[in-house]
Amino acid sequence: MKPTEAASRYFKIEAVKALDDNHLRHSLRGAMDGLMSKRRATLANEEELQRLRTVCEGIRQHALSRLPELLEQLEDKLTELGVHVHYAEDKQEACTIIHQIAQAHEAKLMVKGKSMVSEEIHLNEFLAEQGVEAVESDMGEYILQLAHEKPTHIVMPAIHKTKDQVSELFHEHLGSPLTDDVDELIRVGRSALRDVYRQADLGLSGVNFAVAETGTLCLVENEGNGRLSTTVPPVHIAITGIEKVVAQLSDVVPLYSLLTRSAIGQNITTYFNMITGPRRHQELDGPQEMHLVLLDNGRTQAYADEQMRQTLQCIRCGACMNHCPVYTRVGGAAYGTTYPGPIGEIISPHLMGLDDTHDLPTASSLCGACAEVCPVRIPIPDLLIRLRTEAQRSPNEVVPHPIRGQGAAHSVSEQMAWRLFAGVSSHAFGYRLATQMATRLRALTPKRQLGWTQNHVPLRPAAKTLHQMVKEKNNT
Amino acid sequence: MSQAKERILTKLRQAQAHSVAHPDVGAYYQDMGAQWGSDLERLRHWADTMRAVNTQIVWVTEANWLAQLTQILADHEIKTLAVPNQTMASQKIQAALAVDAPKTQCVVANQALEACKTEWFNDVDAGFTEVRCGIAHTGTLLLWTSAQEPRALSLIPPLHIALFDTQTLYNDFYSAMQALAMPAGMPSNVVLVSGPSKTADIQLTLAYGAHGPKDLIVLALLPDDIDPTLLGAQP
Ligand code: SF4
Repeated sequence: MKPTEAASRYFKIEAVKALDDNHLRHSLRGAMDGLMSKRRATLANEEELQRLRTVCEGIRQHALSRLPELLEQLEDKLTELGVHVHYAEDKQEACTIIHQIAQAHEAKLMVKGKSMVSEEIHLNEFLAEQGVEAVESDMGEYILQLAHEKPTHIVMPAIHKTKDQVSELFHEHLGSPLTDDVDELIRVGRSALRDVYRQADLGLSGVNFAVAETGTLCLVENEGNGRLSTTVPPVHIAITGIEKVVAQLSDVVPLYSLLTRSAIGQNITTYFNMITGPRRHQELDGPQEMHLVLLDNGRTQAYADEQMRQTLQCIRCGACMNHCPVYTRVGGAAYGTTYPGPIGEIISPHLMGLDDTHDLPTASSLCGACAEVCPVRIPIPDLLIRLRTEAQRSPNEVVPHPIRGQGAAHSVSEQMAWRLFAGVSSHAFGYRLATQMATRLRALTPKRQLGWTQNHVPLRPAAKTLHQMVKEKNNT
Repeated sequence: MSQAKERILTKLRQAQAHSVAHPDVGAYYQDMGAQWGSDLERLRHWADTMRAVNTQIVWVTEANWLAQLTQILADHEIKTLAVPNQTMASQKIQAALAVDAPKTQCVVANQALEACKTEWFNDVDAGFTEVRCGIAHTGTLLLWTSAQEPRALSLIPPLHIALFDTQTLYNDFYSAMQALAMPAGMPSNVVLVSGPSKTADIQLTLAYGAHGPKDLIVLALLPDDIDPTLLGAQP
């Protein structure tokens, strides 16, 4: 199955398929080991790391605590600079806004820098239906576009592809000779995309940080495709989630430093592009017109609840997925969502509702590695447990901040079983009776125990209860 | 106010988020910012860090940078060099090339990009810019867009040559931002450049020249009292 958002419902099926793919597991393991050790090397000074995390967590929490004011301040600043600011509540609205801008310019070709939010709203497909071609310019995303696939990692979108597969794709679509030389493949991709920058009517980008103080949109990249996409076409459209605002320009300094090191173990990327409005009077290049689309798409739902709000602290570094024992074995496609791995498990339920995503919060061993590496200290395991609770909660229960799809995994029999367990465990007589029964009847333990026995030996009660053993020990 | 905006802001306000104090970013950099024993060490660190990402550093002085530039243009067989519009440096380059490197043609960036897009993409071999300041810790150049110095100069040609006055080197991005008073007056574009364009998107293998310049050469202008041999290899 192609990874589409609906596929997140089938996470368990897709994960089993992915686990069977030895090649994928091998290449993911190698890639993630490399990313983990590079991160460790650039963040080796523990005192610096912890202080920097405290600063970055504080910056993000401060910005979220003032989000409505900061969004208005950002809008005022951008408007002063001549940028058109749009708000979109959902995917459809965001796509329509972008299409209207395209229509106003009779645009037929859009070149896109890397933008996960544009993946989230399925912009390429929408524009294609309206007769506007959108070409990805990030090398990894361009490769995936040729392969009709979606990114499987938020920082390294084509991490699951080998150079031989890329060579075959370029051979098939661009007519280049087959080669296993990566430099040669990059040359082929580069020359194919240079014409696109030159001819594009519109350039689209994401935003890493939007600064309310100055109206600056910051873009982090290595390739230069983001700079080209936001400089050469006459119109630049930036799209971002509403949570990406920070209060002050100086806030981006520590965030950027921790983002690049957490993501790819690089002290800095090749380019840090700070765009403060369109081309100014007498300037010779840069877009003549600029737009910013601020997308909600479920983020206000996460924002409404104090605990869930922490999800929005994310700076999209991808470190949590690089360190996640589940992601590193199944890869991003199995999740079937724009954002895979631990961050996907906590953000996707807000973007898509729990109906389609209730399996995702269970795709974790709760080992805590994600929280340990998260540069902005999002307590991901706590949020996963909370989302599991919300998925199990009765759909009819009234709660202060209901999540779309509340109760999607609700099972009356499971609730009864837990209630019974809680009842028995909290009464001395009941507990003693139950444990004695369990030890005596242990021979009757079923050989198949739901999903557990797919990968484990069956659970079997011990021959003696703990109480019995303690008693015997005390008597000797 | 658009309906979407109104609804989004209303939902956010209804959450009544309790306020969180802004952390003291300045204090963090004061305590943890990068430090060096001497200016020379700092400069060496900057150069080593840039070299580690495929950047060529050429130590020059006020007296010889033009000669070094013409040598580089000859070595790289540059036929067309794009230069800023009416800056001191660009005027000096035009005069020098007319005499010393007649094989290199100078293109002055004095028209809107729309009027010369094809030429920029197809015919310009190298672009020259000045650098607003350097950042030692990460091995970085900070470029500041202006009417004289468009973004295309450091972006579209395959070779980017940057003239950097090493006396404008700051320890880290935070001190550079403070010194330039950036929050008070941002130009339309500031870009930090740390090496030539690169990617590791194919099987995590590093390759240079992904989309922007494949090569970056920095003419690092030293004051007369610094001996370049103390700073590492001159190419
Ligand atoms: S949740 Fe944390 S670790 Fe994961 S992508 Fe976001 S910021 Fe990075």
